[in-house]
Amino acid sequence: MLKIKNLHATVEDKEILKGVNIEVKAGEVHAIMGPNGSGKSTLASVLAGNPKFEVTRGSIEFEGKSLLELEPEDRAREGIFLSFQYPVEIPGVSMVNFMRAAVNEQRKYMGEQPLSASDFLKLMRDKRELLGMDSQLVNRSVNEGFSGGEKKKNEIFQMAMLNPKLSILDETDSGLDIDALRVVASGVNKLHTPEKATIVITHYQRLLDYIKPDVVHVLFNGKIVKTGSPDLALELEEKGYDWLINP
Amino acid sequence: MTEQQYIDLFKEYRQEIDQHSVRGLNKERDAAFSAFLQTGFPTTANEDFKHSDIAQLFEADFGLNIRNVPLRLDPFDIFRCAVPNLSTHLYFLINDRFYAKTERDLSLPDGVFAGSLQVFSEKYPDVFNRFYAKIADYSGNGTVAFNTLFAQDGFAVYIPRNTELEKPLQLISILRGKVDMNINRRILVIAEDNAKVKLLACDHTVDDVKFLTTQVIEVYAGMNAQVDFYEMEENSEKVSRISAFFSAQEEHSSVVTAGITLHNGYTRNDYRFRILGQHAEAHVGGLAICDKEQHIDNFAFLDHAVPDCSSNELFKYVLQEKSTGVFCGKILVEKDAQKTQAYQNNRNLCVSEDARMYSKPQLEIYADDVKCSHGLTTGQLDEEALFYMRARGIDKDEARLLLMVAFAQDVVDMIRIESLRERLEILINKRFRGELTRCGNCDVCK
Repeated sequence: MLKIKNLHATVEDKEILKGVNIEVKAGEVHAIMGPNGSGKSTLASVLAGNPKFEVTRGSIEFEGKSLLELEPEDRAREGIFLSFQYPVEIPGVSMVNFMRAAVNEQRKYMGEQPLSASDFLKLMRDKRELLGMDSQLVNRSVNEGFSGGEKKKNEIFQMAMLNPKLSILDETDSGLDIDALRVVASGVNKLHTPEKATIVITHYQRLLDYIKPDVVHVLFNGKIVKTGSPDLALELEEKGYDWLINP
Repeated sequence: MTEQQYIDLFKEYRQEIDQHSVRGLNKERDAAFSAFLQTGFPTTANEDFKHSDIAQLFEADFGLNIRNVPLRLDPFDIFRCAVPNLSTHLYFLINDRFYAKTERDLSLPDGVFAGSLQVFSEKYPDVFNRFYAKIADYSGNGTVAFNTLFAQDGFAVYIPRNTELEKPLQLISILRGKVDMNINRRILVIAEDNAKVKLLACDHTVDDVKFLTTQVIEVYAGMNAQVDFYEMEENSEKVSRISAFFSAQEEHSSVVTAGITLHNGYTRNDYRFRILGQHAEAHVGGLAICDKEQHIDNFAFLDHAVPDCSSNELFKYVLQEKSTGVFCGKILVEKDAQKTQAYQNNRNLCVSEDARMYSKPQLEIYADDVKCSHGLTTGQLDEEALFYMRARGIDKDEARLLLMVAFAQDVVDMIRIESLRERLEILINKRFRGELTRCGNCDVCK
């Protein structure tokens, strides 16, 4: 589904990614771990097409298409979803209008008719109930005044609404207490199917108790320094990153 | 000198001006004339007009319809409300004149007057004389003096004590002319003690000629009275409009005004509040959406003369293309005005590189136990929010539009007429989409 080859990326002329190679197949869950500043969030941003980052070398192929040639909105419509580490507050834009615009733009891209108002509201309700989310959240402005946990739940809600093929969860566990973590993780698991893939970016092994990865990568200094089975995450939890970085 | 042609004109046509007006308005002209001789039009040398050269606007040759030659127009034929649920008592001004065929609205409570300023001055001379040209002090204000000099009619609202109007009043001012026109109109709103009134004034242009309008609005809110005065400008680019809003407020009164500029040419709005009674509150909002080479200058002066009052200002600008925005907000807290709460906010978006915003907050505080604050930001659309929306599949242009509409929202939220808020949301959305060519609610401006 996703093939990242020799990916180099810079922000403000500073090279952050220095040759990343990852291949993700449908049905798989990949975890990307690594210490602070290793380039994990940059990788997520580059996949989503954040214009702040410049790709200087390498390629990203998604379902056979070159991703780097697509605008962020087209990547989303192709089925890539980034759950933000820091979801943005947008005062004055209601969740309903925001999601309606997003869902209908995706439908337009697929050559489908926009959803009727009642079908759309039903979809909102179904997804909200699937994730056990408070109806309050969807009646407010996008992320405005949300707690850290509410923001992350809202990301998963948006993911449910857009039904992406590839979900990238950027530090979705940061700032969550254990209950919120369970809600978020169970949402992700409910949405996962054999046709879909997930990339989980995290510092800690904790999240991986709830979202079981098939493959674990360690990113350090802009490169994947180790790839292994889920046991690798446990090993990292026990020994830290030092043994990998300074063998 | 720009003023000379108007001085000559006034001297020459004084008799006709008077003949086509009434005593109440006529008797102010001498004093206004001396004031105008002394002050003239404001120029950019005046700090309060630094970015708006009013004198220059008057240099061109405009026609005045002093003899009140009737214009063929039945506003009821051409006006259709775009949002049917906005239920109002409807009145028209065509240029400066009240449209006399407006039928007297029988649903108005006893003693309430809404109609021609001329008629009001004859019918209620005592009330008229107490307020007309008294709230709007023209000594030292050239444009207001000029307006008082030439004004012949306008719109008056009078709500006697303990009376409440449930439905809002709506005044639609229509600019008409075959040649370039100078139009000077007045609006007088008087709410006595415990009276409540909401008024929406819509400003439209019909003909494709240049208009230079001056408008003076006087609002009086008696003890415990509530006055809402909302104005929507949907003029053509050929209109230069100089409007001055004056209010005087007694104890426990509340005045809310908001000026929404959806389409304009060259606009200067003055808001001057005199808060004279304790525990009174004043709210003033402004929203300007400009593009092309439009110019909008809002000047707000809030004078806190007595203790325990509050005021709140919120002005927002969305400037696109080569438009210019100007804001000056003055708050004066006088020596005795303890426990004053005064807040001022000015937020601006310069969406294009060529858009310009000039903003100047001025707080002058002579009392020592007050809460006053001001905030000012001028910036571009939030790049992070834009990317967030695009990452959800929302088109870049659509995302920008959603952010601009959202930016305007809290000025709309100040309005205390729900149906008007809803209608404005639609109009603002259309305006940003470029679907609102000039007016949203009538056929006249096609």
